[in-house]
Amino acid sequence: MSGPSTYNPQSGLERWIDARLPLPRLLHDTVHTFPTPRNLNIWYTFGGILAFCLGVQIITGITLAMHYVANANLAFNSVETIMRDVNYGWLIRYIHANGASMFFLAVYIHMFRGLYYGSYKAPRELLWIIGVLIYLLMMATAFFGYVLPWGQMSFWGATVITNLFSAIPVVGNHIATWLWGDFAVGDATLNRFFSLHYLLPFIIAGVVVLHIWALHVPGNNNPLGIDVKSPQDTVPFHPYYTVKDAFYLVLFVIFFAGFVFYSPDFFGNPDNYQPANPLVTPPEIVPEWYLLPFYAMLRSIPNKLLGVIVMGGAIVTLVFIPWLDTSRVRSCRFRPLMKQFFWGLVVCCVLLGYCGAQSVDAVKFGIPMVWVARIASIYYFAFFWLIMPIIGLIETPKKLPASIAQSVLGDKAGAPAE
Amino acid sequence: MAATTSDAGTRRDFLYVAAGSVGAVGAVAAAWPFIDQMNPSTGALALGSTEIDLTAIQPGQQIVYKWRGQPLFVRRRTPAEIESAKAVDVNSLPDPLARNANLPDTALANDADRATKPEWLIVKGVCTHLGCTPAVSTPQIPEGEYGGWLCHCHGSEYDTSGRIRKGPAPENLAVPPYTFMTDTRVKVG
Repeated sequence: MSGPSTYNPQSGLERWIDARLPLPRLLHDTVHTFPTPRNLNIWYTFGGILAFCLGVQIITGITLAMHYVANANLAFNSVETIMRDVNYGWLIRYIHANGASMFFLAVYIHMFRGLYYGSYKAPRELLWIIGVLIYLLMMATAFFGYVLPWGQMSFWGATVITNLFSAIPVVGNHIATWLWGDFAVGDATLNRFFSLHYLLPFIIAGVVVLHIWALHVPGNNNPLGIDVKSPQDTVPFHPYYTVKDAFYLVLFVIFFAGFVFYSPDFFGNPDNYQPANPLVTPPEIVPEWYLLPFYAMLRSIPNKLLGVIVMGGAIVTLVFIPWLDTSRVRSCRFRPLMKQFFWGLVVCCVLLGYCGAQSVDAVKFGIPMVWVARIASIYYFAFFWLIMPIIGLIETPKKLPASIAQSVLGDKAGAPAE
Repeated sequence: MAATTSDAGTRRDFLYVAAGSVGAVGAVAAAWPFIDQMNPSTGALALGSTEIDLTAIQPGQQIVYKWRGQPLFVRRRTPAEIESAKAVDVNSLPDPLARNANLPDTALANDADRATKPEWLIVKGVCTHLGCTPAVSTPQIPEGEYGGWLCHCHGSEYDTSGRIRKGPAPENLAVPPYTFMTDTRVKVG
């Protein structure tokens, strides 16, 4: 995608194509000879896994759309038809539903990996921001998709999320009505959500191309966080990382299949097996697990507009990370202080997720969960807006290795070969 | 021909700007139908009204009706509930406005302006926070501290006049436009 090409067309046909549409050249340079740091670990295989997840969601989604009916009177039953009557419909739907959870699991690992190894730092700021954009699009797509079965959680989830826009002063209610196409969530809403749910994955695929392009200009970051200095520091993408990615992808698929075949409703909510009823809100409304931390933030603030601002701010904050981190060292391996605060952030995000799954007035171990959520929310924002800039200035990083090759080969051989 | 070269530049600039402006206006005009199609259709805009027979509702009981696709609470309040609603100082409320479609927007949330007939409180069953349907409180199964409603989604509590007392909801439960046809029949909408 960038940099000097090493493609050397062999046959007459290859030369003929190369002079007209150099697609083989693009593929050769992108997935074959692309020089990749030789020290990438397991956490770097999740990019490939995410591409796989997107592919699975698109294929299963297109096939589900052949049987699904986007109509408030028919949607719920059409999903039951898929589950009971359509050949392998149960399998395709369970892959699609669990696939969404797997997609988010992988993306969270991918994001925390980027945070830990400082992959957002110069010159990869745009790469990171495009990633945040993909994450936003994923959340929108998942939300639209969750509405489609038109169960109780679908309906009330749609009601709560679209009502977030009504918090905007003056025009908020008009925006909510515009989103609904009615004065409440209804048939018009379901139809447009289906249309958008079908559209967005292809937009994501397009933005993923930009993400990979932005990756291939500076090249991969790596667990040491130091730049590639010589060809000795790299190996060609194929076969080294195609094989490594494939190996971990297989493990991931086994994990994925475990849910699909042995616990397909593990991530689901039983209330969504009740048809949508606009007159009765279920006693507990919970979003899917991957949105729980944001939901906990929203609920921990006893003011509508402020709650919505905080929730939105939690995501918008991610865009500014490249400039909030003042450290010159990328990887947390060499940042003893930052490493501890990083794990604090991970704990806080898990805690927020836990709080989001509890009822509003829940008290566990004598502690009101709403206060746990408040403290965790404060830490989340403090981590990015205070801790990150300050630690970068006061921390003394450990000594960085001279090069990737020295770090990798020097340790193993005891002495470098040459 | 040679004489026109001096102003050819400005003439061309003018054409660029003029064509660009017309193009931009055209693009906006072309985009508008695609934006406006998402607003409620004429079918959805046609206002619905519902007539409700009140004879079956017992004191202390609430019946939920469907009005314009959303829940409508019709609550026959007990004297104790009316008293507790009247005892509240309007200035101490998070939302001091009546939010009553039958009254001017500036009307205050005195209980008499929330329910014109004190026994009958008629409000939309839509939490003003994020649109959930609040659960009704009864002496047997209390919901929240104020005897009215508790929204389980995010913990907003309403009193026996449907006024927000605690939690994230910004406004009192909305009172829809209604008229009593007789003592036992009310037309909502």
